[in-house]
Amino acid sequence: MIRLEARPEPSRLFRWASPLIAAAATVAIGFVLFPLMGRNPIDAFHAFFVKPVDSLYGVGELLLKASPLMLIATGLAAGYRANVWNIGAEGQLTMGAIAGGGLALALHGVESALVMPAMLVAGAIGGLAWAAIPAWLRTRFNANEILTSLMLVYVATLVLSLLVHDAWRDPEGFNFPQSKMFTDSALLPNLLEGTRLNAGFLFALAVIALGWLFMQKSYVGYQMRVAGLAPAAANYAGISSPRTVWLGMLIGGACAGLAGVNEVAGPIGQLLPSVSPGYGFAAIIVAFVGRLNPIGIVFASLLMSLLYLGGESAQLNLALPSAVTGLFQGTLLFFLLAADVFIHYRWRRVRRRATRSAAA
Amino acid sequence: MDTLAQLVVLTLAAGTPLVFAALGELVTEKSGVLNLGVEGMMLVGAVVAFMVASKSGSPWLGVAAGTAAGAAVSMIFAVITLSLLANQVATGLALSIFGVGLSAFIGLDFVSVVIAGIKPLAIPGLSDLPVVGQLLFGHSPLVYLSFVLFVAVHLFLGRTRAGLVLRAVGESPQSAHAIGYPVIAIRYAAVFFGGACAGLAGAYLSVAYTPLWVEGMVAGRGWIALALVVFATWKPWRVLGGAYLFGGVTLAQFQVQAMGSSIPAQYLSMLPYVATIVVLAIISRDAVAIRLNAPASLGKPFHPAA
Amino acid sequence: MAETVPRLALAGITKAYPSVVANDGIDLAVLPGEIHAVLGENGAGKSTLMKIIYGVVKPDAGEIRWEGKPVAIGNPARARKLGIGMVFQHFSLFETLTVAENIALALDARHAGGDLPARIRDVSSRYGLPLEADRHVHTMSVGERQRVEIVRCLLQDPRLLIMDEPTSVLTPQAVEKLFETLRRLSGEGCSILYISHKLDEIRALCHRATVLRAGKVTGTCDPRRESSASLARMMIGGDLPHPRHREANAREPRLVVDGLTLASDDPFGTSLSDVRLTVHAGEIVGIAGVSGNGQKELMAALSGERTVDDAGAVRLMDIPVGRLDADARRSLGLAFVPEERLGRGAVPEMTLAENALLSAHRMGLVRRGFVRADAVREYARATIEAFNVKAGGPDAVARSLSGGNLQKFIVGREIRQAPKVMIAAQPTWGVDVGAAAQIRQALIDLRDAGVAVLVVSEELDELFEICDRLAVIAQGRLAEARPTRETNAEEIGMLMSGSFIAAGTHSERRFSPAGAIGPG
Repeated sequence: MIRLEARPEPSRLFRWASPLIAAAATVAIGFVLFPLMGRNPIDAFHAFFVKPVDSLYGVGELLLKASPLMLIATGLAAGYRANVWNIGAEGQLTMGAIAGGGLALALHGVESALVMPAMLVAGAIGGLAWAAIPAWLRTRFNANEILTSLMLVYVATLVLSLLVHDAWRDPEGFNFPQSKMFTDSALLPNLLEGTRLNAGFLFALAVIALGWLFMQKSYVGYQMRVAGLAPAAANYAGISSPRTVWLGMLIGGACAGLAGVNEVAGPIGQLLPSVSPGYGFAAIIVAFVGRLNPIGIVFASLLMSLLYLGGESAQLNLALPSAVTGLFQGTLLFFLLAADVFIHYRWRRVRRRATRSAAA
Repeated sequence: MDTLAQLVVLTLAAGTPLVFAALGELVTEKSGVLNLGVEGMMLVGAVVAFMVASKSGSPWLGVAAGTAAGAAVSMIFAVITLSLLANQVATGLALSIFGVGLSAFIGLDFVSVVIAGIKPLAIPGLSDLPVVGQLLFGHSPLVYLSFVLFVAVHLFLGRTRAGLVLRAVGESPQSAHAIGYPVIAIRYAAVFFGGACAGLAGAYLSVAYTPLWVEGMVAGRGWIALALVVFATWKPWRVLGGAYLFGGVTLAQFQVQAMGSSIPAQYLSMLPYVATIVVLAIISRDAVAIRLNAPASLGKPFHPAA
Repeated sequence: MAETVPRLALAGITKAYPSVVANDGIDLAVLPGEIHAVLGENGAGKSTLMKIIYGVVKPDAGEIRWEGKPVAIGNPARARKLGIGMVFQHFSLFETLTVAENIALALDARHAGGDLPARIRDVSSRYGLPLEADRHVHTMSVGERQRVEIVRCLLQDPRLLIMDEPTSVLTPQAVEKLFETLRRLSGEGCSILYISHKLDEIRALCHRATVLRAGKVTGTCDPRRESSASLARMMIGGDLPHPRHREANAREPRLVVDGLTLASDDPFGTSLSDVRLTVHAGEIVGIAGVSGNGQKELMAALSGERTVDDAGAVRLMDIPVGRLDADARRSLGLAFVPEERLGRGAVPEMTLAENALLSAHRMGLVRRGFVRADAVREYARATIEAFNVKAGGPDAVARSLSGGNLQKFIVGREIRQAPKVMIAAQPTWGVDVGAAAQIRQALIDLRDAGVAVLVVSEELDELFEICDRLAVIAQGRLAEARPTRETNAEEIGMLMSGSFIAAGTHSERRFSPAGAIGPG
């Protein structure tokens, strides 16, 4: 009989191997899935994982999609480590887009180098403010932040819908629900000729670096880790639990808000009813697959970005539904959670030894 | 008076998916397991039910299939959290995300398909009685099923030995294990039941409530059901009350619109979500009630140290 | 002479875990009607052995014979069918359920039928263990809860009753009553396996003793003919260490508790009522009490883990600190060793170095908001060395240390911060004898260096050994501290039962009095 047994020390090997195992297993699922859908698995694999990045433009797209994921996941990871479960990043992203985009619309036509920085700040604040609501509800009312932050996602989407259908609708937009296109001063500068890659990528890298510094080296980061691992020990050390909750939520909210304004000031260039293909939720997966660690998050973001692009490419080249992306994302997370178990536990075969009879 | 009866019927109908899902999750949580994957399980149940109903021509077969699908998906969660001891919160989230993706994927071919759903009862003679007819005999068969489920869960938890054992496991799995009860097996069963109920809730939505399939049609009800269990402080009769309260709120948006109000639809659509937040805050405030009623081991993994 | 067949006979029982061999070739024989002690210090393997007998754990090797016939005890239900009952050290009760429901859960179907409440009343009164069947367990005192555990076993007509450290939660008077019950059962032919490390009790109660050390049997004897010293020698392979004392020289008051009243934030907890206490520099004050009488709440209020509105209720060096959190109090010179090592005194998944940072960050371990990793590791390394902590080094994970070693690390971490006031809650609970002696000596050395030390413990022997003055906590109230020399175990025992609380006094409580000690 095989039993699960606690390891005396966590396995270093599995700490690095489990995301790789999860990724490999997900790809393996693809190999099973594609034939079932009547596609040659090699072709499908090529269309999904190789074709999207075989050109400079493709690489640019990869990094472009990875940026918001890196940004949001880093912010979320800080909170998750502290056991603060911000699930509403998608809503905070939306609010950031609304705040930054709103500022862009208010300053429509103004040509100043200050417009962009102001928008970025507004976006971060927008996301931060939206995350403050679940933080307040948790510290004041002990309300579970998973449920409250998630409910606010639905509310944020509806607020955006309201704005682009009514108050902020482009009068020359043929009645489509969209805002005016942003002017140049409100758009992120391009980074690489021949791609859509913009300065948002640099922000993402900066946040990754700051995140690493914060989580691994700073005292506050240490305190948040303690709060996540052992709340009684945190209390013993005098670490304020409300402060941990606020920090955990606000950091995630600010990062998500920043990602939101990056999207509307970047590839989208205006406000639409939908400003994100689920980045806020994908970032949750990225945070886990990246082991809540900024370096891991970089790689996990690239992988997730590739899954997004692969889905689009598969749709174009193989007439596969784009929903296959969501399927892979969920599968990846499941495999990761399963593989992670082996960091702290291992299989042991337990043999029932025959009982000896009493010595003669 | 008849419109009032109509209103009651509609409210009950709107609240029924919440009744199914929340009662199932309540049983799961009573055993000490927190399964956040309700939304995902409901979506899977909805799409499978619709699929089978459409392919086989029998909506009831669809309901059965949806229920089974919900239970099946819940077992993925069960294996990872109960046997592999992974974090229940993260795994439940994974289940929801997976369910969204899987249901969208499977349901692609069925988006504009039309099926003959399950209609509300129409018993000749009885259903036509003024007021009483609608109130007592005008509901969808699944609504009656939800009443039965409520009674069954209530009696199970409060009056049977098996229910007592379940409560004990949720209260202190170590003590239950020390006495000799198979804690893991009991939790598997509780998760299975919760999954089946969530699948049933989803099936109700796609085969009876509004017979159609649209990606994401559960629209957050799974999450509301989770909030409901907290709101009800893990008591079945409060789940019932809360579910219908939310059913009423959901209905309100259509009523207000039907009355020709100029309030933009989005504000009304926000109502259920905002209501959930408010209700959660009010209930969670009472830390004592939570401590006394919440299963003490909720969310914590159990490893028989043997 | 006809040889009596032992009721229970173990031969060569062995059980190994990844990091330790808990039981190594253990032989044991219990005769019918015999009260048989299993003696050993913490970590000797007693609990594992009992779990094997009760079917919770399966042995790797060895044989079990029940009344002469070999049996395999695969699970607790099988053990109960054979007639084995177990009263757990940490009680396997369900707080939110009633006494009757708790008992029903442990009974097999064939015993659970009939009028259970009536049978409970019958058995409990017959053996002098009064119980009400419809009371919820969370309203009951620790002593009452033990009665539920015992009655639960008795209802199944046990032929062998296993008692795992039963007296750690009882006053001396309650211990006497328990012994009466056990002698009665023994007289009726029920065998009793009595697990303990308390030598005096074993000598008073038991007919035979099997001594375990490090998983092996080191001897069997008749404890009535042995002295505590000889038993100790079998138990730890040497003499029981006694700490070196100097005469106490108490000076200025350092910790003053004045009128501390605090409602418990746990519905099953005990609220504090008008607690008054003074601890001076250069003395050790002890607080005795049965667990569940407010110790948790008092510790939290003193350490700063819970703050109180009345800032002056707790004063450190004359500064009112009631509103300050644990970290702020540390900056004023307070050190605290909590009751729970893993999860409160240390983060189980973090290394010893990271755990050093938990309370010692003021020792130059943080600069400008950043952690100085080298300084942290050095602090941990020095602590490990100074306090003889057996661990893999500063990078060893806290969870991997034995109870005694982790406790030494935590005590060392606190002492090396040169506190002015040291509070220690259950400092040697679950710790092996060698480490316990080191820890007690460390506390005495601290006192000799002029620190004010407060120790809360459930082990009366320990308190009498190291404290200069003794106070008693019962039902959330504190009986005045008196010099240890001028009191004795019996008097303290009376105080632990709440004798000092005036009849009719109604203490401020928000929740059901979980700490109330019932009659006897």
